[in-house]
Amino acid sequence: MLKKLASGPYLIWIVLFIVVPILMVGFFSLVQEGPDGTLTFTTANFQRVFDPIYVGVWWRSIKIALEATLICLILGYPTAFILSKMKKRIQTFAVMLFIVPMWMNFLLRTYAWMTILGKNGILNQLLALVGLPQMTFLYSEGAVLLGMVYNFLPFMVLPIYTVLAKMDRNLIEAAEDLGGNRRIVFTKVILPLSLPGVISGVSMVFMPAVSTFVISNLLYGGQYMLIGNLIEQQFLTVGDWHFGSAIAIILMIIILITMAVMNRASGNDPEESGVNLW
Amino acid sequence: MRKGFILVVSLLAAVLAFTGCAKDDQVVLNVYNWGDYIDEDIFDTFEEETGIKVNYETFSTNEEMYTKIKNGGTKYDIAIPSDYMIEKMIREDMLEKLDMSKIPNYANISDEYKNLSFDPDNAYSVPYFWGTVGIVYNTDLIDGPITSWANLWDPQYAGMFTMVDSQRDSIMVALKMLGYSMNTKNLDELEQAKEALIQQKPLVLAYAGDNVKDMLISEEAAMAVVWSGEASAVIQEYPQFDYVLPEEGSNLWVDSIVIPKGAEHIDAAHQFIDFLCRADIGFKNADYVGYSTCNTETLKMIDPSLYDTTYAYPKPEWIEGFEIFEDPGDFVSEYDRIWTEIKAN
Repeated sequence: MLKKLASGPYLIWIVLFIVVPILMVGFFSLVQEGPDGTLTFTTANFQRVFDPIYVGVWWRSIKIALEATLICLILGYPTAFILSKMKKRIQTFAVMLFIVPMWMNFLLRTYAWMTILGKNGILNQLLALVGLPQMTFLYSEGAVLLGMVYNFLPFMVLPIYTVLAKMDRNLIEAAEDLGGNRRIVFTKVILPLSLPGVISGVSMVFMPAVSTFVISNLLYGGQYMLIGNLIEQQFLTVGDWHFGSAIAIILMIIILITMAVMNRASGNDPEESGVNLW
Repeated sequence: MRKGFILVVSLLAAVLAFTGCAKDDQVVLNVYNWGDYIDEDIFDTFEEETGIKVNYETFSTNEEMYTKIKNGGTKYDIAIPSDYMIEKMIREDMLEKLDMSKIPNYANISDEYKNLSFDPDNAYSVPYFWGTVGIVYNTDLIDGPITSWANLWDPQYAGMFTMVDSQRDSIMVALKMLGYSMNTKNLDELEQAKEALIQQKPLVLAYAGDNVKDMLISEEAAMAVVWSGEASAVIQEYPQFDYVLPEEGSNLWVDSIVIPKGAEHIDAAHQFIDFLCRADIGFKNADYVGYSTCNTETLKMIDPSLYDTTYAYPKPEWIEGFEIFEDPGDFVSEYDRIWTEIKAN
């Protein structure tokens, strides 16, 4: 009884701010508003989502999100591994170094990149110092990718680090006792055991990366459209909530499918691993 | 429907959150305006004189403002949209009629900006600033001469200039370049404008918003499509910039003060409009924002060196044939679609 009471506020929260809005978005995506304000059910919004122009946008978003996730994984796994091997006192400090930048506002951090990458920015001034010609960094796909990796890297490092740090040392020692060299111990024991961390890291990077609109807006100056930008534009400037909702629903479905596939691939019971998001 | 939903959610949110509003007895006027489009110091003056506090919010395009007023939960007492948007809002019954007897300073507004087609009797709006859309460029970085919109399709300027992240304005540039009216309702002309803008996209550095001035000053961009006041602000600080009124013609716009339906402080809103029309307040704003005032009394206080400049007070013959945006009515959905397709490509 007490348990039920205690979950009350959370349930109200969920219904109000998650269930109701999702249902509304679903409803909007299935109707069209006539000039006189009448609503008719239609699938036209969804058909429009698969128009070749927007398929291009989907492809671009998913591609860059996958690239960002892959780079985060390549950078993040070794980092987490090194972190987990550090002496306790340095370890706490090093983990703090990853967390502290996240206390700063996300927009501010992205704006900071604009002054670094700009035509007369810090990076180009450094190039000029060593006599290299000015280069264009800002307003390119590379800048967006960099912004994503920079902003989302901690989401990859931290879950992997948590799993690695919590790993039972005895298992590793047993593997070593049984004659496994360092490579075998890593590939046969450490890597499989750390997969749940990798899975949640990948999901936590891929989800914000595929739906962001701020990073692409700032670092590619409003002419590079990702799915997030398309949704933002439909809601804020064009005012077509129905098309915007249809895109949002499809995006949600894509993310859900990705999560399901990932969970299946990990072959782990999410309850057991403790850090899994789903 | 949307309104109902937002109302329910915002009501519930308001009940859930502790409502830490201002004291009940103080009137708080909600003002919704373009970014960087008022000298915010005048709010203190207004509060000193009337006891009315101003809560100030900004938008960056007419469309954004419209969407928020139409669907949003906030009730604004004052908004300052442009011509075609005012026409649309009047058509959709979104504006309160003004009581000019409460705005004696309306007499200061120049006849040139009264009774324009978007609000023929000024029943709903009081002109605030006017201006043009043109090209500002850094003469140190661009080997001119820049004379026309067509220059923005010249590959030699690739990656050096910004367009404006506003639907009507960017499409206008293409329509004018092609020699069409910027108020066209001809789908074929609109499609051609779309093709032109898509073709131009690889040359464009960015579709800039409020940050265009910073981009020009930091030499991130050497040239930009801007509203005249932005050019004015830049040129007055950095004389190497020049502002061009393109020879194909361009947009002449008038932004006006309106009271959206649903405003809760109509009297205070009238007081505020009257305050904005006062010569000294008009001057403070004109001096701060750099756009051209519609106020004849304020105009007398303006630095005469701004007269007959392309960016502040152009000679009438320079802007002959410039058009004012009209509300395309239901055809706006075509503009919306074209704009989405341009940006998505």
